[in-house]
Amino acid sequence: MTDAAPAIAVRGLGCRFGEIRAVEDVSFEVSPGELFGLVGPDGAGKTTLLRMLAGVLRPDGGDAQLYGVSVVRDPEGVKHEIAYMPQRFGLYTDLTVMENLDFYADLYGVPQAERRARLERLFHFSNLAPFGDRLAGALSGGMKQKLALSCALIHLPKILLLDEPTFGVDPISRRDLWLIVHEMVEEGVTAVVSTAYLDEAERFDRVALLHGGRVLALDTPARLQRGLSGEVLVIEVEAPRAARDLLVDHPKVRRVTLFGDKLHVTVASVASDGPAIERVLRDAGLSVHRAHKAEASLEDVFIERLAG
Amino acid sequence: MSAQAPNDIAVAAQELTRVFGSFTAVDRVSFAVRRGEIFGFLGPNGAGKTTTIKMLTGLLAPSSGRGSVAGYDIGAQSEMVKRNIGYMSQLFSLYADLTVEENIAFFSGLYHVPREKRAARRDWVLEVAGLTDRRTRLTGELPLGIKQRLALGCAVLHEPPILFLDEPTSGVDPLSRRRFWDLIYTLTAGGTTVFVSTHYMEEAEYCHRLALMNRGKLIALDAPARLRAAATEPLFELKTDDSLKTVKLLQRMAGVREAAMYGRAVHVAVADRAQARAEIPRRLKQEGVALHGMDEIAPSLEDVFVFRVREAGGAPVD
Repeated sequence: MTDAAPAIAVRGLGCRFGEIRAVEDVSFEVSPGELFGLVGPDGAGKTTLLRMLAGVLRPDGGDAQLYGVSVVRDPEGVKHEIAYMPQRFGLYTDLTVMENLDFYADLYGVPQAERRARLERLFHFSNLAPFGDRLAGALSGGMKQKLALSCALIHLPKILLLDEPTFGVDPISRRDLWLIVHEMVEEGVTAVVSTAYLDEAERFDRVALLHGGRVLALDTPARLQRGLSGEVLVIEVEAPRAARDLLVDHPKVRRVTLFGDKLHVTVASVASDGPAIERVLRDAGLSVHRAHKAEASLEDVFIERLAG
Repeated sequence: MSAQAPNDIAVAAQELTRVFGSFTAVDRVSFAVRRGEIFGFLGPNGAGKTTTIKMLTGLLAPSSGRGSVAGYDIGAQSEMVKRNIGYMSQLFSLYADLTVEENIAFFSGLYHVPREKRAARRDWVLEVAGLTDRRTRLTGELPLGIKQRLALGCAVLHEPPILFLDEPTSGVDPLSRRRFWDLIYTLTAGGTTVFVSTHYMEEAEYCHRLALMNRGKLIALDAPARLRAAATEPLFELKTDDSLKTVKLLQRMAGVREAAMYGRAVHVAVADRAQARAEIPRRLKQEGVALHGMDEIAPSLEDVFVFRVREAGGAPVD
């Protein structure tokens, strides 16, 4: 942590739904201008946590302060500091792109004199400018998400809370969306973002891995990756699924996971265990195209931490 | 069986077209999916994937062209098409206020599973989807990844020869996505054909062949490895101390076709290899960006996707 007062200070935050503890005793701090990621399996508590930070869901334990404003004591006050984009953002499908942006500008009290400059900037990244007159309901999924993010950003918030902003978005629109977020962060905005794409999470300054409502790990992606026990051997092999099934019970293999058409095999040491593992595959008649040691990805770490 | 498609073809499209007013959503698309194949369907949002799937599943009539599924014509025999397919979309229709078992029973009825087979099919779905100990839970209380496995199980209760999955794993975490694909492979071990759309390039690698659509047209069709191997353009991976600044600088440089963050590195596609090797390090140095590494790399499927779409005129504008 830096010496500066944190942008977000979460202390012992909790929330239950009936018997389910969606978030339990979560504490962390986010520094001003930090890009902070929330990852974890479905049901880990990411959305509940973001909703509490946004002041739309009341915690039943602990507190969170956003630039000193408490989500428990002043949930309305928190809303002036933030832009919150839930998974299903409330776009008005029967309004045009421009009308939606104007509506949110009104809602956030953005002065008329400043709107033009803000819109131009958002259009620059989103490539939405040519579609100002189109009904929001007639946009594709990727364009809808970019409009939602633009609406959330129309009022220059200090803190961005984004719940899976790239949900259902194709790889090209994903690149546009991330560029908008990175730009804002570079200008000093603090961002807390949840994602199901771990390649995206590798760009975060720090990542909290949530599981069962608790923080299981919290660190920079690089340190989380170095914390993986053992080494990762990446194998390119014909019939990778059959190869995985062959290796799953091998005594030297701690874990074997399919990544696209490659296998990631976690072993104590690639140098001493690698040759034996390749032999298993060759003996089974599978041709190994390539095998090499690689840095653990965040996804390797995620799987190790969650699969236990 | 119709004479339209040979026996080893599960899904065929010939010049399939759908027009909405002045907008051509699907434009003379032709392909054939072999029996037992896992066929991936990719493309930017708005490229026409869902419209194509709706036509193939008999939910939407084509404006022109033809298609056949399981040997039945999608226009004239759409009822037979529906009986021979399983269908699951990202907006699948499980009943949140029914238990897991009740949902299975409901869909068994809907899909006309013979009464004497229902108990066996139910137990099989519970077993392979890993839901046996959750059979009496309310569906609405289950995490998304588990709901998705249930939805897939419900879609195959009637043992359809062909399965259509429209972005089945959107928003699902990586562990659940892997389990879901294991389930697809288990379910299809008996020769089921799978037609699946996705935005996850890692999942696209699990498919036997991929069709890439853009602006209503089919722009590429091949095995994932062959798509990656096909000549594209020189691609470099850069490791720098400031990815965002690097991307912004590169995007303004002549000869740079594409620059994007890729994990913590930057991928840059260029027109000329030698020029890039000379110019890029110089430019970064000028701007005070520390370059830790610059290697030419083989494209990932995402790089191929972005390249092909750009070559085909860019992502659709709606």
